Amino acid sequence: MKKIWNSKDLCALADHSEEELRVILDTATAFKGVGERNLKKVPALRGKTMVNLFVEPSTRTRISFELAAMRLSADVVNINASASSLEKGETLLDTARNLEALRVDLIVIRHKSAGSARFLADRLKASVINAGDGAHEHPTQGLLDAFTIREKLGTLEGVRVSIVGDILFSRVARSNIEILTKLGAKVTLVGPPTLVPKTFESLGVRVAHNIDEVIGESDVINLLRIQHERQKTEYFPGLGEYTARFGLTRKRAERLKPECLIMHPGPMNRGVEIDSQVADGRRSVILDQVTNGLAVRMAVLYLCSGGAPFATITAS
Amino acid sequence: MSESLHIQGGRVIDPVNGIDEIRDLFVQDGRLVEKKSPGATLIDASGKVVTPGLIDIHVHFREPGQSHKETIETGSRAAAMGGFTTVVCMPNTNPVADSPATIAWIQEKAEKTACVNVFCTGAITRGIAGEEMAPIGALAAAGVVALTDDGHCVQNHGVMRRAVEYAKQFGLPIMDHCQEATLSADGVMNEGEWSTRLGLPGWPSLAEDLIVARNILLAEETGHPIHCQHISSARSVRLLREARRRGVPITAEACPHHISLTDEGLKNFDTNFKVNPPLRTQADIDEIIKGIADGTITILASDHAPHAPYEKEVELDKAPFGMLGLETEIAVFLEILLHQRKACTLPQIIAMLTVNPARLLGLDCGTLSLGAIADITILDPDLAWKYDKNDSPSLSRNTPFHGFSLRGRAVQTIVDGKTVWNLENGFSEQG
Repeated sequence: MKKIWNSKDLCALADHSEEELRVILDTATAFKGVGERNLKKVPALRGKTMVNLFVEPSTRTRISFELAAMRLSADVVNINASASSLEKGETLLDTARNLEALRVDLIVIRHKSAGSARFLADRLKASVINAGDGAHEHPTQGLLDAFTIREKLGTLEGVRVSIVGDILFSRVARSNIEILTKLGAKVTLVGPPTLVPKTFESLGVRVAHNIDEVIGESDVINLLRIQHERQKTEYFPGLGEYTARFGLTRKRAERLKPECLIMHPGPMNRGVEIDSQVADGRRSVILDQVTNGLAVRMAVLYLCSGGAPFATITAS
Repeated sequence: MSESLHIQGGRVIDPVNGIDEIRDLFVQDGRLVEKKSPGATLIDASGKVVTPGLIDIHVHFREPGQSHKETIETGSRAAAMGGFTTVVCMPNTNPVADSPATIAWIQEKAEKTACVNVFCTGAITRGIAGEEMAPIGALAAAGVVALTDDGHCVQNHGVMRRAVEYAKQFGLPIMDHCQEATLSADGVMNEGEWSTRLGLPGWPSLAEDLIVARNILLAEETGHPIHCQHISSARSVRLLREARRRGVPITAEACPHHISLTDEGLKNFDTNFKVNPPLRTQADIDEIIKGIADGTITILASDHAPHAPYEKEVELDKAPFGMLGLETEIAVFLEILLHQRKACTLPQIIAMLTVNPARLLGLDCGTLSLGAIADITILDPDLAWKYDKNDSPSLSRNTPFHGFSLRGRAVQTIVDGKTVWNLENGFSEQG
C-alpha cells in the first residue's frame, strides 16, 4: 500500500494534507494503548537519539516529548537555551549542525522565532519536530487538541469549536485552526479586536468579539492562556477587564451546552481566562489533553522516523 | 585615451529631448557629438534601444564599514551589469555619511574603484539617530546630492520640519524612507493574511501611509521637495496622487520587488524576501503600477541592499532587511510594466530611470543631448534571459529573483564614452 506519511519533519500542520493529519491521529490512537499498559515501552525507536532543543522555556511540552521518546525506546538528551552555546552567540544553524555531527536522529525544537523549525528542517538530514516556533505553529498541540475532540465526540465534522483569547500571538491557535478546519470543524475565534484581528477570517474561520454570542452554540470551547510575560497593556487594559469580557466564568459556564468540552492548552491562569471550578469540572478535558499529547507525540516521532502508519497496517 | 564611438542603427530614446527614433549616435572624448569621428569604434545597435545611461538613486554600497557585504567597486560593477551608469548611495554606512570627511572618503574611493558614477547622499541627522541635525551646509559643500536618513525615518516631526526648512537654503532635496516606528514596531513583513498565517510580526501599510502624509504636509508647508522612497502601499499612492494634483512638491519612487512580488513570497520563511518596506499584496502592486502609469510615481529605483549569506541564513525575524536589485532592476521593470501589464511605454520607463531622477537631484546626466557626457545604455527590451545570482559581481547573493525568467536587459553600458560592460564580453579591463 502507498505510504501516506513521507515527511521526515513536522514543522507546521499547514504543510500537511487532511489525509496525512488523519494518519497521525490514527497512529496516535494505536500508541495511546501503550501508555495504558503496565509495561509502557515499545522498541520502535530503539537505537535512535532525540534531542530536545528548547531555546524557549517549557516544561510540559518538553517532558511530554521526552516521555514519548522514552516509551519508543529512543535515547533522549535535553538542551535548554541558558546552558547552551546559543547563549554565547552561536547561531541556531551551527548549534543544529553540531547536533547532527553527533549523529542525532531527531531534533525537537522550541524557539521564539516563527519559521525556526522549518529553517532547520530544510538544512539538516535529521528529523525536525516543531515544539512551538514563535507565534507560528505548535503542531503537536493542534494534533492533540483535535485528537481529544475526536476521541470525545467521535468526529470533527461539523463540530463547533470556539477558541478564546490571545489569538494574535498564539501558535496553539494557528495549529488548531489548521487541523480543525481541514478535518471539517467550524472554528470561531473569540477575543478583543486587538488580539483577534479580522485578518484571521482569511484562514477560513469566524471572528467574534463577544463571547456571550458564541458560548451557547459551542460544542468545544478552548481557552488560551493570557500570556503574562508578553502581555502588553496596549492590547487590552488589564486582566480584570479581560476576565469580565472573555473569561469563562461560572456564570458563563452555565450557558454552555451540557456536553460541551472545555479545553485549555495549559498552563492555566485560574481565575483569569477560566474559573477555577470550571477548570476542574465535569466537562473539562484539560488533563485528557495532556495524556493524549503523549500519544500524539509518540505517533509523530515514530512517523517522522520512517515508521509505517498504523492506519495502513490495519487496513492492509 | 578616450575612444570615439559610432553607435549605429539603434532606436534612440532620449525622453528629455522627446526623441524616439532610429538614429546613429557619435561620441568623442567622452561627449556626445554631432558627427562621426575618424576611426570611431562601430557599435551595432540595430534592433536595440539606446538610452541615456540609466540612473538609480537608491543603492547601498556598504562602504565604509561593511565591505563584507559590498564595496563601491563590486556594487558599481553590479550597476554596470544592470545597465546603470549613475547611482546614488544611501548614507547608512559605518560611520554614517553625516560628515564631510566621510563623504570625501566615499568620493575618493569611488573615484579610484567605481566603474560607474557614484553620488553620495548625506544624513539628515547625526548618526541617522533622528535627533540632532547633521551638518547640512557642510554636507552640501562636500557635494551630496540629497539628504536622507534612509532606513531610519526621522520620527520627530519637529526635527524633520527644521531639517527640511534648513535644507531648502542649499536646494538639497530630502529623500525619506516612510516608516512610522510605533506602528511598524517589531514587524518583519506586511501585516495581513500572510503575517497572520505565519505568526510573524506585521509591519502595516499604515506605518508608511502616515509618514507619506506627514511628508506631503511638510513639503506643502515648506515648499521644498521631499521624495518618498520605495513606496509599497496602495494608500500611499493615493495620498501622493492627490497631493501632486494640488502641486505639492512631493515625488515618489517604486522598486522592482514592490511591483512584482507579494508577501506570499515569505510563506517558506525565505529571508531573501525580507525587505523594508515589506512586500505587500496584489492590490498594493496594482495601485503602485497604476501610480507609475499615471505619473504619481515618477522615479524607478532598486534599493539594492546587499547582505552576506551568513547574515541572511538565520531565523527570519533575525535576518536583516534588504535584497540585491541592480542586475535585475531593468528586467523586472520591463517585464512587468512593459510586457505583462502594458502600463507604460518604453520611453516613459526610460524617463523614470534617467531624466526624472536627474532632475530631482540636479544631476548633470540622464540625457543624450549634444555635448552631454556620454553615459549611454544599450538595451534589448525583449531579450529573454534567466537570472542566475551566481553570475553576480556583487559580494552578496540575497535576491529573491534567482532563476526568474525575465524579458529585457542591458546589453552594453557606456560611462563617460567608455564601454565598461557588455553582455558578450563582460567587463572591460580598465572598468
